[in-house]
Amino acid sequence: MMTLTVNGRARSVDVEPDMPLLWVLREQLGLPGTKYGCGIGVCGACTVHVNGEPVRSCVLPASAAAGKRILTIEGLAESGLHPVQRAWIEHQVPQCGYCQPGMMMAVAGLLAKTPHPTDAEIDASISNLCRCGTYARVRKAIHALSAASSARSGASTP
Amino acid sequence: MNAALSRREFLRASAAVGGGLALEFCLPLAAAAGAVASEVTAWILIYPDDRIIVRIARSEMGQGSLTALAQLVAEELDCDWDKVGTEFASPNASFKRNRIWGSMSTGGSQGIRGSQDYVRRAGAAAREMLRTAAAARWRVPVADCQAGRGMVRHGASGRTLRYGQLAADAAKLEPPKDVALRDSKDWRIAGQPLARLDIPDKVRGEPVYGVDVALPGMLHASIAQCPVFGGTVRSVDPKNAESMRGVRKVVQDKDFVAVVADSWWRAHEALKKVRIDWDAGQWGNASDATIEAMLREGLSDPAPLRAREMGDAPGALAKAAHVVEAEYRSPYLNHATMEPQTCTAWFRSDGSLDVWTSTQDGENSMRAAAAASGLPLEKIEVHKMMLGGGFGRRGAPQDFVRQGVTVAKAMPGVPIKLMWSREEDMQHGYYRPASMVRMKAGLDAQGNVIAMQTAIACPSILKYLLPQVLEKEPIDFTAVRFFSDFPYTVPNQRVDYSMRNGHVPVGFWRAPGQQNGFYRECFLDEVAAASGRDPVEFRRRLLKDDDKNRLVLEAVVKAANWGSPLPAGVFRGVAVADGFGSYTAMVAEISVANGALSVHRIVVAIDSGYVVNPDTCRAQAESNVVYGLGSIVDQEIHIRDGRVVESNFNDFPLPRIAQMPVVETVLVPTGGFWGGHGEPVILPLTPAICNAIYAATGKRIRTLPLTGQDLKSA
Repeated sequence: MMTLTVNGRARSVDVEPDMPLLWVLREQLGLPGTKYGCGIGVCGACTVHVNGEPVRSCVLPASAAAGKRILTIEGLAESGLHPVQRAWIEHQVPQCGYCQPGMMMAVAGLLAKTPHPTDAEIDASISNLCRCGTYARVRKAIHALSAASSARSGASTP
Repeated sequence: MNAALSRREFLRASAAVGGGLALEFCLPLAAAAGAVASEVTAWILIYPDDRIIVRIARSEMGQGSLTALAQLVAEELDCDWDKVGTEFASPNASFKRNRIWGSMSTGGSQGIRGSQDYVRRAGAAAREMLRTAAAARWRVPVADCQAGRGMVRHGASGRTLRYGQLAADAAKLEPPKDVALRDSKDWRIAGQPLARLDIPDKVRGEPVYGVDVALPGMLHASIAQCPVFGGTVRSVDPKNAESMRGVRKVVQDKDFVAVVADSWWRAHEALKKVRIDWDAGQWGNASDATIEAMLREGLSDPAPLRAREMGDAPGALAKAAHVVEAEYRSPYLNHATMEPQTCTAWFRSDGSLDVWTSTQDGENSMRAAAAASGLPLEKIEVHKMMLGGGFGRRGAPQDFVRQGVTVAKAMPGVPIKLMWSREEDMQHGYYRPASMVRMKAGLDAQGNVIAMQTAIACPSILKYLLPQVLEKEPIDFTAVRFFSDFPYTVPNQRVDYSMRNGHVPVGFWRAPGQQNGFYRECFLDEVAAASGRDPVEFRRRLLKDDDKNRLVLEAVVKAANWGSPLPAGVFRGVAVADGFGSYTAMVAEISVANGALSVHRIVVAIDSGYVVNPDTCRAQAESNVVYGLGSIVDQEIHIRDGRVVESNFNDFPLPRIAQMPVVETVLVPTGGFWGGHGEPVILPLTPAICNAIYAATGKRIRTLPLTGQDLKSA
């Protein structure tokens, strides 16, 4: 048995150590919000946070995540909606929506470290693929989140 | 709470209860929600508390028509928008109720334009039935009652009844046949940029896509199809796989092998250990070179099909002062939906079959399930799940349903979810056809275009997917469009089509035939240059004043400020195209630095007649730009030894956020017709960008993608 801490809860699973975290989340723990897109860590549909860092769960063996804090789209908001989710509604970002859990986890990870990212920083850190092409709205929503956090902290945008 | 949420919660709750529980999806949603809704018409359910469920027959694959169709119904029903939810109409009920919801096919940018008339009538009919029910309740003339904003009001007495109070009575009435529809200038729900109904669920990761279906006792399957199209399974040695953890069965069919296990990952790992001897069939030696040779031979076809003949193009070319000639081509392309193909199937103990799938056509999925199972249609239900993209992959081809049902048939009583790996999805598509075109234009001494002659060699999508259509009309319109309906006023025109099919399956890739827009509009730029005219001025002269193509061209020229100075190193290109019921014109602003293309800004004007939700229309324009951009820059499906070379997103790249240009969409709806939005904006994209590359470098892009081409200035 392996114990994983997912969205704040300890969960025991009986899986092979090399089963990717993605499949443990989706099939063993009933958390299908995290998606399979490529299985090789390229597309980012499977992005979750491990110890606060966005990672591609399709190429992360479950054993490597044991004992660490795992956060999925289902647990992103402590209550209600996370600011990223609210911005996604405000800017009407999703189309088919399939890649968006991974996209939102990647953006939440970026903003946690870099609350006011430049366009270049967005380009460098958001490598998630979206076949519907929601990128223009993703960028707009990130900048709006940046502006909102400046307003809250009273700081000027760098 | 909308109906999709109810169903999702029901599905999850049922799954959590565990084995043996038979799910009853035929249960009226109302029963699941603990209240009784009245079906006022087949399209509209109304609860006593005024919640309204609009049934949606078309699929939602990201294009937003779920919301826009509900807007059209709600507009005529004249209800409170914030009470409106949706559910997908059932394909099985459609069969039993004589297709009361019309076509479920979701493609060709038809979602709105193909159903707007009858869904608006359904809303208006329900409104009239509610009025009639109120009049009966009050024993007053119907003419004295007004319906609107979710209630019926009796003018003289000021009495009101909410729709929820009237729905049960209204449901007993016969829907009126003739109803008046509102003029678009009076719309208050339609025509507005309302928030999409599916987004609140989507930001929580809650919609149930095909790959997310979870049922009690469900097993998972991964599939390997013969790598060479048309090949078969010769023999299978499953023993190394059968002993692996969680594996329940290895299923062999004519052209695939699937492993069924208690987890998809376990099934997929085990599949890698199955030894499969494939019979490549007759196409094991096909390659890019053999396909190119096939197409090139097609350009010299002595007896092609004639798709257009006006005047005497060969004669005019012979007399022309100057002839411009060029050959263009483009490769096979994969749809690459983010959600791979998937199908869950369950042969039930009562002899029925349930299928859950991401489909662009629920009725076609049902037919595929019937063919694969041998069951009659009435015994089959198809549950239409949220789609992780469609783009034409999941409508006419139902290979994934055939396979999912075939696998489940080997284990009756057990629900099995088949999901393709990305590699299978990349290598077993219904690809955009590779094609080749030779164009000739004749100019007179004054630089006027007097003739246009085009030869097209292209596989036929219809031949693969809808061959019955070709029995009536042998020319595949998707192979010749943009030439056979050439809008420019050239007096002598000839278009020849040579169908060359090869062995690679082809399908409806977003805006089928759009590669012809690339050929036509880039070649016209060459002709404009030969005649010494500005590309915009050249097109203006060839479009009649009242042509809607001319109108969108003028709109985009104005919005993009064509001819104004640009920053150093930035160049413009223009293109015009009409299709899928709409008219589009585009200006692209790009730069080329160190041989690499950057697309900075796209300005597009579109006339779709009417606009039901301007924000989703803009989103579709943005979507078309990114979808097309990858095909320009670096996407290509290669064939070697009869099989697809590319296998995943590492070698079939999709554009990333860093490549996304600014997109400015100018909506210029002129009314009087209904055009689409899912595909039209991709039509002018490739030529607008490639014409800008010419402006920047002096190089004509006649083949795609750009990978490997030298873009350094000539």
